Amino acid sequence: MKTFLCAALLTVPLCAQTYVIKNATVMTVSKGTFKGSILVKDGKIAEVGEKVMEPAGAKVIDASNQYVIPGIIDCHSHIAVDGGVNEGSISVSSMVDIRDVLNPEDIAIYRALAGGVTTANILHGSANAIGGKTLPIKMRWGKDAQGMIFEGATPGIKFALGENPKRAGNPTGMAINGQAQQGRYPATRMGVEDVIREAFNNAKIYKAEWDAYDAKKTGIPPRKDLQMEALKEVLEGKRFVHSHCYRADEILMLLRIADDYGFKVRTLQHVLEGYKVAKEIAAHGAGASTFSDWWSYKVEAFDAIPYNAAIMQKKGVLVSLNSDDAELMRHLNSEAGKAVKYGGLSETEALAMVTLNPAKQLGIDNRVGSIEVGKDADLVIYDKFPLSDYAKVQKVLIDGTVYFDRDNEVSGRSGKQAEKQKLIDKEKQQRAPQGAPGRRVGL
Amino acid sequence: MKFFGILLSCTVALAAETVVIRNVDVYPVTGPEMKGVSIVLQDGKIGEIGAKILPPKGARIIEGKGLRVYPGMIDSGTELGLSEVSAVRETVDTGELGEFMPQLRALSAVNPESEHFGVVRVNGITSVMTFPSSGGGAGGGGGRFGGGERQFISGQAALIHTDGWTWEDMAIDRTAAVHLIFPTLGGRGGRGGAVPDVVLEMVPGGAGATGFTAAKRTYDQQVAKITEFFEQARQYQKERAARAPGFKPVLKMEAMVPVLEGKVPLAVSASRASVIHDAIAFADKQKVRIVILQPRSLTKIGPELKEKNIPVILGRVLALPEQEDDPYDGAFTQPAEAYKAGVKFAFGTFNNEFVRNLPYQAATAVAFGLPYEEALKAVTINAAQIWGHAADIGSVEKGKVADLMVTTGDPLSNATQVKYLFIKGKEVPLMNKQTRLYEKYMSRQ
Repeated sequence: MKTFLCAALLTVPLCAQTYVIKNATVMTVSKGTFKGSILVKDGKIAEVGEKVMEPAGAKVIDASNQYVIPGIIDCHSHIAVDGGVNEGSISVSSMVDIRDVLNPEDIAIYRALAGGVTTANILHGSANAIGGKTLPIKMRWGKDAQGMIFEGATPGIKFALGENPKRAGNPTGMAINGQAQQGRYPATRMGVEDVIREAFNNAKIYKAEWDAYDAKKTGIPPRKDLQMEALKEVLEGKRFVHSHCYRADEILMLLRIADDYGFKVRTLQHVLEGYKVAKEIAAHGAGASTFSDWWSYKVEAFDAIPYNAAIMQKKGVLVSLNSDDAELMRHLNSEAGKAVKYGGLSETEALAMVTLNPAKQLGIDNRVGSIEVGKDADLVIYDKFPLSDYAKVQKVLIDGTVYFDRDNEVSGRSGKQAEKQKLIDKEKQQRAPQGAPGRRVGL
Repeated sequence: MKFFGILLSCTVALAAETVVIRNVDVYPVTGPEMKGVSIVLQDGKIGEIGAKILPPKGARIIEGKGLRVYPGMIDSGTELGLSEVSAVRETVDTGELGEFMPQLRALSAVNPESEHFGVVRVNGITSVMTFPSSGGGAGGGGGRFGGGERQFISGQAALIHTDGWTWEDMAIDRTAAVHLIFPTLGGRGGRGGAVPDVVLEMVPGGAGATGFTAAKRTYDQQVAKITEFFEQARQYQKERAARAPGFKPVLKMEAMVPVLEGKVPLAVSASRASVIHDAIAFADKQKVRIVILQPRSLTKIGPELKEKNIPVILGRVLALPEQEDDPYDGAFTQPAEAYKAGVKFAFGTFNNEFVRNLPYQAATAVAFGLPYEEALKAVTINAAQIWGHAADIGSVEKGKVADLMVTTGDPLSNATQVKYLFIKGKEVPLMNKQTRLYEKYMSRQ
């Protein structure tokens, strides 16, 4: 009996609190916008409508004159990564995994949360043609690394094309940090293509060996190769390719490699010249995750235009807007607003670019991305129209739990400040007991 | 006769046309809005504004029903025209070598054909301060080449229009400020200048390079160096005034004279409170006018800035907090803090890439407590006042230069489109590299 109870306790989610969000302008993204309420129960959206059931004991959040949108999903982020984001020593680093280096205490998680982000795809940097394994996390601030991981989401792998992987090649031979550098292949876009082709050529051979063994399960199994394993998963459609890219030529190049080796590019990331090859991207079926208006910071970003998202969308590509930046991440809502300004998308289409579209790109749209019954209760409440810079996040729920509350945040500040001052005073006292500043002995 | 004819046709071609925008709502910024009026633009200036205006003969009429007229916006911190692709050294002309370089002029390195001008115009930005280096402090687009860490005076910043055939044509003020990068205690790096004072003070002193004592020593040496340079300049100024026998002009020193005379302000990059405090003390001692660039910690330093009547150019509002344990909205609330302290301020974006987002930075400040009218002033009239050109630009008033935007609504909102733009009374087409690429690739079958 006792063990049964324990087991039951373990399986029941801790959130349990039932909420009714009332009188809000609900922007569901998938099923229109209306004035109404949302019932949140057991971490899920239980009911959505002009009027919903109010179970006894439910906590009411009055959202009069406020807006509710689905939690924002950032398809490209590098927050919560402990240490460097690039394993830059080799061009194919498919054996390394973000899962191993998640830092749940990165303050950027809380800041993103305060900007309405509930889910983010965490990737390696872009130093390598084939980078490491990626995964989506939820901004469950306060949980441990395991508790951050978006359970059940299809993992990914980061690819990178263009200036970044070739720059890591350092063909100039110039010293970096005072150290003479050996050139790392590749140093050109031609080399980037070759690196990826060679890798998939090897992966295909590797997969064939394993397929032959798996078919019979006799004899000596082939040697496990962790670098190849990840690419084998790509060939099997079990791992999504998220590729950093800028120029039209390299975008097309990767799509053709994928065609040749029989896999799909799940998303093209940044894809600033995607508008030039939107037709080809749509035909391949790749998604595109871009910036609203970044441009000119490097040569391959000089043809970037703020109409990129709108053009790709109009030409049949599934488009999301991402941040790639811990600051920009905090206002993806107004970044989406720019997609209305530049290229004339509807407000719902624009909002979808930071909610439902990235959910689809990450293969998690059965769980998140829109306000629908049965989906995770990942919700953001804004005081004003959410696509505007005038809007402020008031509350953020993840799995039906309030993880950010602006009122609490603001009212808690004086207490935290006092606590900080106390710690500083204590530290000062210990550091310099007589005269200042004293030298500590024995350090 | 023939010669006269040619001359005449030239004159006609060069004069800005006369335009009347009618039935439009005018938001002067410096006064109450005027609904459904006509506004005349003539000889590059703003003419009559009112309900019953007879259009001058030959004037082009623009129907303005449902539209609004605002002054063109001013970005008070850019490197426009000097930096094209920030990662490519050959396209970047900010951050010259040399510690004290007041003789350098940003203006004559402005490339009028820079693609950035067209890009920022479509969002209603008609003039900008362009700096010889964004230097020091928070963020910044350039200043990495040559100058960087060791530079103190980077040169003369210019106030320019975002349209013109040549840099002379674009100039509003060749020397709107001389740019001083004040040293930062404990080194630069990071936003707002490295390690916070409170931490520095706790680091044990001694020989360690990161120790407070060592950092303070370096800082004091740097401040002394600047003081010495100003004293040299003062001495030069005296000799120059006295026409001492054997006096020879020195360009570096000549450039300092207007600063010492108080005719040109020093734009001082200084972000943390303790450094701003020192910069103010320095300015007091040297009797020079200063404008602080990219200040943070306005809650702390605001009262002192107010007391000394020192204006500031706020850096990017959409920025991360300085320290890990600062409130998440620490940067968003800086403008509201400046306003509460009564400090005069304008906005700068300090990165060419984000100049077009100037109005959205201002809107974010509104979301976090800044009154809307103040945000609008901070991108228009305040900037004109701070840089000494309020008689010419920054508001919609009769007799001012006709730098105007005609919009579909609130210019700080990202839902608003600019429909027409006038710079010096000339309508500037709202096209640029990006709109051309848009049209080209939208039409791809």
